[in-house]
Amino acid sequence: MHYLTPSSFDEAVTIAARAQGITRYLAGGTDILVQLRADIVTPDTLIDIKHIDGVHDITRENDGGWRIGIAVSGAEMSEHAALCADWPGVVEAMDLVGSTQVQGRATLTGNLCNASPAADSVPAMVAAGVTVSITGANGTRRIAVEDLLTGPGKTSLQKAEMVTAVHIPPRGPAGGDAYQRFIPRTEMDIAVVGCAVNLTLDGDTIKTARVALGAVAPTVLLVQDAADAIIGSTLDDAALDALADAASAACNPIDDKRGTIKFRTHVAGVLAKRVARIAYDRAQAAKGA
Amino acid sequence: MSKIHVTTSVNGDAMEFLCDPRETLLDVLRDRLNLTGAKEGCGTGDCGACSVTLDGRLVCSCLVLGAEAEGKEIGTIEGLADGEALHPLQQKFIEYAALQCGICTPGILVATKALLEKNPDPTETEVRYWLAGNLCRCTGYDKIIRAVMDTAADMRADAKETS
Repeated sequence: MHYLTPSSFDEAVTIAARAQGITRYLAGGTDILVQLRADIVTPDTLIDIKHIDGVHDITRENDGGWRIGIAVSGAEMSEHAALCADWPGVVEAMDLVGSTQVQGRATLTGNLCNASPAADSVPAMVAAGVTVSITGANGTRRIAVEDLLTGPGKTSLQKAEMVTAVHIPPRGPAGGDAYQRFIPRTEMDIAVVGCAVNLTLDGDTIKTARVALGAVAPTVLLVQDAADAIIGSTLDDAALDALADAASAACNPIDDKRGTIKFRTHVAGVLAKRVARIAYDRAQAAKGA
Repeated sequence: MSKIHVTTSVNGDAMEFLCDPRETLLDVLRDRLNLTGAKEGCGTGDCGACSVTLDGRLVCSCLVLGAEAEGKEIGTIEGLADGEALHPLQQKFIEYAALQCGICTPGILVATKALLEKNPDPTETEVRYWLAGNLCRCTGYDKIIRAVMDTAADMRADAKETS
């Protein structure tokens, strides 16, 4: 295995384009090193991207949005007060990934590119409308998170392409987001169902909303019917029931020892209601602030 | 296969070593630098027995490559005591018998020291969540938590006296 530490994205992509055999980009390593040790994936070329300028930075853009460097750890996100204030749902979702030790290394980009259907940060990013920049031999493109994921462990990244930045949109006024997951214990587990809601208010009425579900389909789901169920409402009981029904209806889960189809489908609705209430309360608080 | 030359700092001492690119920091610490305090439990980042700090950040050394240590500052359990003088956490773990077989202990001490540096006054819940990635199969958790809470109280009192 060749271990390389390029100092620019162009250099990293060039190395990957020329490399033979299996190539992996290394950031936090919390998935790659496990796969390496278990002989699941043995890269011929391992490209450590942590020496590239700017990859450790959390930057507020001129439009009020955020740019998260691809080597920023979960712990660094949780310690960033202004980011937590704008996007508590995205931060709390990333914070659920692994232990304190894993948080010291794991990254948003890694959680995304590992492409687990149960990845906690991914529904939160989809609800928030996060996009990623991708660089490859044919230049740079920018796509929505939901368009990157094509199946369990699979992304639309082409050979040698890499994600070079994560872009969270401007929070804007009177908005809130939230994420929760169901696991059979209280910590250190993988989502059986995950749900994220992001919404904005006009007075007490929901103006815009995005609802995303994780671990209930081969890829994250952005559920338009669930968003439509609460847009225009004040999140009254009827709207919440319609939200739960729409969330459950969108599920296409696997049936395994961690959760049956029936259970996951039901819990998706329950979580959608709970998470929507939290996002709504956060938006109300932001409005008052 | 060609080895990688790495220059790093461990517990404040400059060190250098040659390693295979696939070797983890845990392998390097134990097998090349003879620092066997960090233990290999699971080797997959689940148990925390190999906990060290990397530039002050708590990590599992089994999930870090040795090559990644280049230019970094590593803190291990060997750096906890000051010569023969035990760290207050070590002293308190003995007092409370907060260990049985001892395999998880170095990781728990390193993790707890990192917690108290970040938050000198944690609640019991905060301590339990912080240590969720440090497994003890003798199930001595309660004594561990009590030892940590008591050490934190003592260290706060000492800090007050000296300030």
